[in-house]
Parts: sequence; structure tokens; C-alpha cells
Amino acid sequence: MTTTCPECFETVTAPAEPVLHEILECAECRGELEVVSTAPLLVALAPEVAEDWGE
Amino acid sequence: MNARGGRDPVLVLASRVGPDEKGLLTALRRGGHAAEVLDTNALRRAASGPAGPGGLVLNREIGQVRARYAATMLEAAGMTVVNSAAAVQTCGDKWLTSLALARAGLPAPRTVLAASPAAAEEAAAEVGFPVVLKPLVGSWGRLVTRVRDAEEAATVLEHVGAQPSPQAQVVYLQEYVDKPGYDLRALVVRGELVAAMRRYADDWRTNVSRGGRAEPCVLDPDTEKLAVRAAEATGADIAGVDLVEDRAGAVLVLEVNHRVEFAGLQAAHGGLDIAASIVDRIVGGAS
Repeated sequence: MTTTCPECFETVTAPAEPVLHEILECAECRGELEVVSTAPLLVALAPEVAEDWGE
Repeated sequence: MNARGGRDPVLVLASRVGPDEKGLLTALRRGGHAAEVLDTNALRRAASGPAGPGGLVLNREIGQVRARYAATMLEAAGMTVVNSAAAVQTCGDKWLTSLALARAGLPAPRTVLAASPAAAEEAAAEVGFPVVLKPLVGSWGRLVTRVRDAEEAATVLEHVGAQPSPQAQVVYLQEYVDKPGYDLRALVVRGELVAAMRRYADDWRTNVSRGGRAEPCVLDPDTEKLAVRAAEATGADIAGVDLVEDRAGAVLVLEVNHRVEFAGLQAAHGGLDIAASIVDRIVGGAS
């Protein structure tokens, strides 16, 4: 399953069973992408790290 | 087990699904559970809403504030949330963690909370230099600052005082521990050590997320017991306990993480399925 990176427009390949909000990395620009739709597969730039994110 | 003889579904609470969350979903499904992601950002609940039929939720929300409030919503709905709202609150706040460790009598670096930057200047001198300033909430070593003397302290605290957030004005100070080039991360699940690793880094902060490298290690019985007790002190069923040895060989508890990132531990322990180990201990006990 593939889609297009919204940053560099290269093809992004998703795992076999993508999950909503799953984080993917564009192999071309190394941008962090978030799955925003699984059917059809759509990705957007992942949110920036927030102040309270962590372990 | 449910009424039809199948395994009960398990929800994974997350607004961001990374490799660890995928690993947990895979481990749950391999164990025969119907596992789904519960989107934190879609949650809402009325305060007087009825309790539901229950169920188990693994709390993997990356945002501390949402992780805590989402857990309170789900617990009010009758669900079992791991880690619980109380554990998330304690582990997600370094001062509350320090208090929990102190109440349990566990060894930790000397820690002081100052209610203002001015009070922090005096506290820094009392703790002694170098001293480490940490944000109360946060992870991955971000904004953790080693202050070497009173002049540096005054400068750093002037910057702290200029921060707009009221919480940023409350300063958490900790004795600097001159560690032997590494610290320890222990994964404790339901009172049992799953695995541990040593974390090395050129940076004095040894977080793997900062580029540190990890190698597997076996904890001695006393350190293993300390890690388990630290997890218990915070109420975390799944805990990433960070420990450090000082130059005299004493082992101290640095912090307890409630949303353990285990990619580093998994890489260090190639033959062990960390996600499955967590699922076995949590879901096995809840079924």
C-alpha cells in the first residue's frame, strides 16, 4: 500500500495493515508522517513534539 | 474470557501509534485478543455518565495531560486502565515521584522543590554544585540542565523566571550524580522485572532518545528488588525505572516512567519479545 509524502511528493510505502494515527517515515525526506485515513491511505505531516510528550 | 468463550477485547489508548504501540497490538492479536486503538483525541465523557461493562485499556497516550485525564474518564466508565490515572499523575510529575520514592524509603539523589526561582537559588546552594534542574513534566532529557556554580544558577534561573507558564516557575532541583558513564533502565511489569539495560552516552544525559547506546544487562538481586519497589511506590503496573550508580557504588532511583518506550530495550534483548512479555503479564492477569 502506497501514498504520497505531502512534504516531498515521493511515494511512501505503508505496512500491510496501517492503523489510524500510525507514524510513518518518508524514506526520501525523512519526514515524520501520520496516517490520517486507511481507506484510502492518506498521510499528513505528523504533529510537532508537544511540551508534555514523553514516557 | 467472555461469555462466548473468546478472549476479551483490549483497547490501546493512543493519539499517536508508534512502533511500540504496533508491537503491543500485534502481541495482543497473537494472543487471541481483539485489539483496537482507542483514539485519545476522540474521547469525551459526561461527569454523571453511567459506568459501562468494563474492559481493559493499555494507556499509551504520549501527552501527559491527556494520558491522565483520559484515564480518569475511562476509569469513571468502569474500565481498568493500565497505567492508571493515579500512576500517570505520580510518574508524570517528577516531584510527586520523588515524594512517592521518599515515602517508600527508597534511595534517590537529594531532591528539593523550590516554589520560585529566588527560592531555587538558595536551594541550589544548599544542594551543592553541580546541581541538576529538571522540568516537573517532560521526558527524553529535554530542558534538563546541569548548573555548575552559583553564577550559572543565577543566569539559568533568570531565564526560568522569564517563562510565562506558572508551572515553569516551580523549580525541581536534584543533586548531580557522577555516574560511571551509564545508567540503568529496568522494565518492571506487575511487580516482576522483565528486562534491563545499561544506557551509555557521550552526553551526561544518557537517554537513548538523545542518541545514547544500550546494551542488555542482568541486575543484581538488590538492584532488581529496588526497581520493583520503585514501580510499586508509584503504583505503576508497567514501569520503566531509571536507576544510576554513584561512584561509591550505591544505586539510586532517578525516575519511574509510566509510558515505557521499549524500542531500545527490545534492540538490546533481541531474543526476547518485550511487547509479548508486557501483554502476558497484564492481560493474562486481567482475563
